[in-house]
Amino acid sequence: MNAEPGFIRRLVAKPWLWAYVAAAAVWLVTILFTGGRGGGEVLTAAFTFATFSVIVGIGQLYVVTLGPGNVDLSIPATITLAGAVATKVMDTQDGLILVGLIVALACGVAVGCFNYALIIILRIPPIIATLSSSFLIQSTAIAYGRGIRIKPPAALADFTTAQVLGMPVLALCVIALAAVMEIVLRRTVYGRWVTAIGQNMRAARLAGVNVGRTRFTAYVMSAVFAGLCGYLLSGFSGGSSLSMGEEYLLTSIALVVIGGSSVAGGYSNVPGLWGAALFLFLVVTMLNTYGFGAGLRYLSTGLIIIAVIVAASARKATR
Amino acid sequence: MNGSVLSARTLRNLLPALSLLVLLAAIFYLQPRAISYVGFNLMLNLAIPIAFATIAQMCVITVNDLDLSIGTYVGFVACIGATLLSGGIGALPFIKDLQASGALPATLPWIMNTPLAGVLVLLMGIGVYALLGALIHLRNLPSIVVTLGMSFVWLGLSVLVLPVPGGQAPGWIKSLMTLKTPFIPFPIIAAVVIAVAAHILIMKTSYGAVLRGAGGNPKAIERAGWSLLKVKMAMFALAGFFGMLAGLSLVGLTTSGDANIALRYTLLSIAGVILGGGEFVGGRISPIGAVIGAATLTLAGSFLSFMRIPPDWQIGAQGAILIIVLALRTLIDRAEKRR
Repeated sequence: MNAEPGFIRRLVAKPWLWAYVAAAAVWLVTILFTGGRGGGEVLTAAFTFATFSVIVGIGQLYVVTLGPGNVDLSIPATITLAGAVATKVMDTQDGLILVGLIVALACGVAVGCFNYALIIILRIPPIIATLSSSFLIQSTAIAYGRGIRIKPPAALADFTTAQVLGMPVLALCVIALAAVMEIVLRRTVYGRWVTAIGQNMRAARLAGVNVGRTRFTAYVMSAVFAGLCGYLLSGFSGGSSLSMGEEYLLTSIALVVIGGSSVAGGYSNVPGLWGAALFLFLVVTMLNTYGFGAGLRYLSTGLIIIAVIVAASARKATR
Repeated sequence: MNGSVLSARTLRNLLPALSLLVLLAAIFYLQPRAISYVGFNLMLNLAIPIAFATIAQMCVITVNDLDLSIGTYVGFVACIGATLLSGGIGALPFIKDLQASGALPATLPWIMNTPLAGVLVLLMGIGVYALLGALIHLRNLPSIVVTLGMSFVWLGLSVLVLPVPGGQAPGWIKSLMTLKTPFIPFPIIAAVVIAVAAHILIMKTSYGAVLRGAGGNPKAIERAGWSLLKVKMAMFALAGFFGMLAGLSLVGLTTSGDANIALRYTLLSIAGVILGGGEFVGGRISPIGAVIGAATLTLAGSFLSFMRIPPDWQIGAQGAILIIVLALRTLIDRAEKRR
């Protein structure tokens, strides 16, 4: 008897819970309109599309955890570049799927190293560094991918759209990935270092944390996840396109915030990303179901983001 | 020794202007005819809205915040400019649809056709910016996230006002933006006026010093009896004001509105501020530098076309210019420290 209230209290105290509660509420409201029909399909679609934003969200989360001013603005450009390069290398051949994956991840590693080199060598804020590198990467992707529209290998397209009992296989993989990254954040020395730097960089350095290497790894990881997202996205959507990364800049930051992590860094959780991604997609579905146009959809997405951040600050203030 | 430190600082301050001059010299070398009345008109036309947007971004950066919504806000103003401000409520596409279907009479009363509606909405936009400043200050919110949300709000409003690109810019803005001034091309005069006005407003007035001080040392400003809330509201309202000018000048050039017309302005304006010598924190900014930065970013496109490099690389060139200038600045800083 005693254990149960304790468990509930601990659960309620979890910052990521609210994203899931909100996602479930929005789903129920949507189902209400259709009278219960199509509920499963809506969830399948939500998991399908949330998967891609969660992948980049994980990378952005690690970067944001590093503390104020740390944010990766080059994610969309990296997605586009990795998608374009990977589809061209694979050239619709099933045998080259692994090569394409390696090439996409290599794009990420290169971008991450470049970003961090700019931050360190030019001593500029990460926002400016990733902003200027995103200009370069985007241009490279445009020049490289101009006019080519190569289909992804059939096997990759099948994999990215496969389902088991209505659940996208890719989503299951990314749930596992998120679980691993949560354990890395909480239970490994590296994850504790990332958090420590975000809470107090100076104290972390004095405590013997290798600040440089930890930050470097986080930026490379973010870019590598963006590369992975570009690779999978080009498989899912029948080839790469020059604007395929566009929406993921704002989405990746929004996921971190709505998921209950602190934008100022130092306090993050990976599970919230999934809740936030499902929530954001389900909101759009709900507004679609109720016949709202694109304008009202954008408007309410924006107001929700602002409401969440205001609510989060109220939670902090009462503590 | 004193002299050498001074020269490093002077060099640092001159860096934005020097990079613009280098770019202009390169353009002159490639295509001497570009450096002419018509050439400047063509090359620098779009620098005016970008300069306004950059000044707007600079106002927000002064108080250590960042505005990720300036691009969609400029687009929103452009949509309002092409509809409400030219023909009142009657110019909205959905009112026209109602008229076509016969739900509304073909001739509308004057209240439906007055551009005052547009003026009101634009003033409300500036009011929203001031309120954002208050919200960010009172709740101590991260501006990146709040303005991220606002970027969706402005985009949504623009789409509601103008679902598909269209509308018509007011005649007076169009004729102002295509003004044929004697001897000196209009964009250059406009840029100088923008730079000097912003410089006087923020660098020379006493309240301007308070505004910048709020970015450098907020506690000191508060102890001196100034309200930080008012400062933040003022700076955000100024950003809204300059953003509005950016949108209006842009719609004057394009003559019709589009919700997605200025999405790139968000990142361009940040780049322009940094290029012009502004710093991310501490209220260290330069309005003149920001305008020069905006002009440099705009000219990068012309430079590429004279080099016969495809326009695909325009964004890349802007990024490269940003990196080169920042690298030079770091070099100067290091030289300064070593002495």
